[in-house]
Amino acid sequence: MALANVFETPAPGFNFDNAGRNAALNGLFDGGKTPKPMKTGTTIAGVVFKDGVVLGADTRATSGEVVADKMCAKIHYISPNIYCCGAGTAADTEKTTDLLSSNLTIYSLNSGRNPRVVMAVNILQDMLYRYHGQIGANLILGGVDCTGNHLYTVEPYGSVNKVPYLSMGSGDLAALGILEDGFKPDLELEPAKELVRAAIQAGIMNDLGSGNNIDICVITKQGVDYIRPYRESQFKDKRKTKYKYPPGATPILTEKVVPLKLDVVQETVQKMETA
Amino acid sequence: MAVEYDGGVVIGADSRTTTGAYIANRVTDKLTRIHDKIYCCRSGSAADTQAIAEIVAYQLGFHSIELDEPPLVETAANLFRASCYRYREELTAGILVAGWDKRKGGQVYSVPIGGMLVRQPVSVGGSGSTYIYGFMDANYKPGMNKEQCMEITAAALSLAMERDGSSGGVVRLASISEEGVERRVILGNQLPKFSTH
Repeated sequence: MALANVFETPAPGFNFDNAGRNAALNGLFDGGKTPKPMKTGTTIAGVVFKDGVVLGADTRATSGEVVADKMCAKIHYISPNIYCCGAGTAADTEKTTDLLSSNLTIYSLNSGRNPRVVMAVNILQDMLYRYHGQIGANLILGGVDCTGNHLYTVEPYGSVNKVPYLSMGSGDLAALGILEDGFKPDLELEPAKELVRAAIQAGIMNDLGSGNNIDICVITKQGVDYIRPYRESQFKDKRKTKYKYPPGATPILTEKVVPLKLDVVQETVQKMETA
Repeated sequence: MAVEYDGGVVIGADSRTTTGAYIANRVTDKLTRIHDKIYCCRSGSAADTQAIAEIVAYQLGFHSIELDEPPLVETAANLFRASCYRYREELTAGILVAGWDKRKGGQVYSVPIGGMLVRQPVSVGGSGSTYIYGFMDANYKPGMNKEQCMEITAAALSLAMERDGSSGGVVRLASISEEGVERRVILGNQLPKFSTH
């Protein structure tokens, strides 16, 4: 019989046990609130052009009013021909795209084909609808497959929109203005990249939650060009000194050693079959 | 909305999906194919209706392959009703099922929020429908042909889009008959105009 403090491998899939604990904790805080999950203010955009799809994103991750990561990657790899920008709750977008990528890799290995964008969209839609909006992931999926160049958006409740250009995140309205003005069907590569850059730039300039550098990902039949960063922030500052301290820089005042008593609780031996 | 005529049905919808005050998609296609000659008009929650439409399309497709003949519109409508009624507490979905089959020709079935099922010659739905009940009562006459149905649908949708903030964009029309499905889009500047100074 396994003892309560022995670590067990977790069951697969999502675990909502903490939702009950959080609800119980809420009552104990005396009017205070339980900590909120980290959302990254973001500007992400995507445009379908003549030969493929261009995706763009800013690189700022905020934790409240502090910039937690100045160079975070918001364009996630799904498969060699599909990339996904994520806005909303950082952990949700990260894990959802990871799950999707893993599943599609298995599919690719089994079938020998590159997955189609519509397949990725359907898998995401199924999963997000099943969780009824509890997973806060606003995703822009773009990719090129045998049926053409596609750009989709998937929202937390599981609704899907297929459009030639779009933007999401806290800076979406600013970026959308640029896209509405500048988009034409069948753009060439350079104008398309410039349009997406301008759209993300508008988001960075007009939204506090977006900033720092601009990442661009160009997906075409020939391959993927992940340019990180495409444009660096003009407002970078050089660090005045080095902040890495050599070992021994801090003097030790006192030292207290407490040996931990560890008992062997369970020992399992699994023989490896090497034949 | 959806209108029956002798030989088929005409269906139409606006193209606006909103998240609060923001228009998430201004070119939405709310006329979703369920089978070759059966379409549905979706209103309510985008996520719920997309999910239900996919499930029903799968169930109907399976049923059609089993029978080895095109499915009946009434069957599709009943499949919608079954899902919408069973999960009525969890869903917000108002659906119009319209299509053509060999037995009864063009048919329109309404499955509003709550999961009722009723066949009607004309049906309107969605947030903007309240503004055009009067227009439909006054202008619809039984025995109209396909072109007249297209005109009245375009006119009614334009009027609703004019008054309802949650409706707008372009008008998507489709006619379903024995010959097949014919789709049309009427862009914003080509919509019928009604003078209200």
